[in-house]
Amino acid sequence: MINNILLLALAFFSISIALSLYRVIRGPSMPDRAIALDTIGVNLLSAIAIVSIILKTKAYLEAILILGILAFIGTIAFSKYIERGVIVERKSND
Amino acid sequence: MKINDVILRTVTKAVVFIILTLGVYLFFAGHHAPGGGFIGGLVLASGIVLLYLAYDIETVHKGMPFDFKKVAALGVLLATGTAVGSLFFDVPFLTQTHTYINVPIFGEMGFSTVTIFEAGVALTVVGVVVTIILSISEDE
Repeated sequence: MINNILLLALAFFSISIALSLYRVIRGPSMPDRAIALDTIGVNLLSAIAIVSIILKTKAYLEAILILGILAFIGTIAFSKYIERGVIVERKSND
Repeated sequence: MKINDVILRTVTKAVVFIILTLGVYLFFAGHHAPGGGFIGGLVLASGIVLLYLAYDIETVHKGMPFDFKKVAALGVLLATGTAVGSLFFDVPFLTQTHTYINVPIFGEMGFSTVTIFEAGVALTVVGVVVTIILSISEDE
């Protein structure tokens, strides 16, 4: 029962990642792509969590944490590049 | 135009500590579990890169006045130092050893020279990654 629910959730996560991938490739504007990449990261993280429930293991917890951190930093860098055109500023201007 | 990024800076102040803690945990977990100097160094470097993203180079350098090229050089020196040090004990190059010492409060703990080698690897990775990202993100 619970296993079937988990497998169904995995299928839905893969459909969601495929839809977000369409948005990354086609996306009319760059902010659409940034949001879609962040969504792919969160969905991937949730799919890894479900896989680790199915396999009854704790070995994937570090992978989940690191993927969350990298998706966070990547989204910040991408959106900062879109908004200001520079990623790391030389000096503060306030 | 002055852009207001108070949300990013407030979140960064809290999240950087979580990332650095995870990096140190991964560094020490590498002895028996997934992790180690390379992965821990990458996570530490990503925390420092997040600081550079949220603030700017001058502010971060005021708090962390390291030259990251010298950090990388110190790491390589530490790693090769433990490797060469094994030659003085008449054992092959890169031989590592470990022992158990009774520490007053914690009881018997295992100490290993691999930890020093891994610290060198971690310092090298932090220095090289931060240097690469700072040099490819310069605008002028």
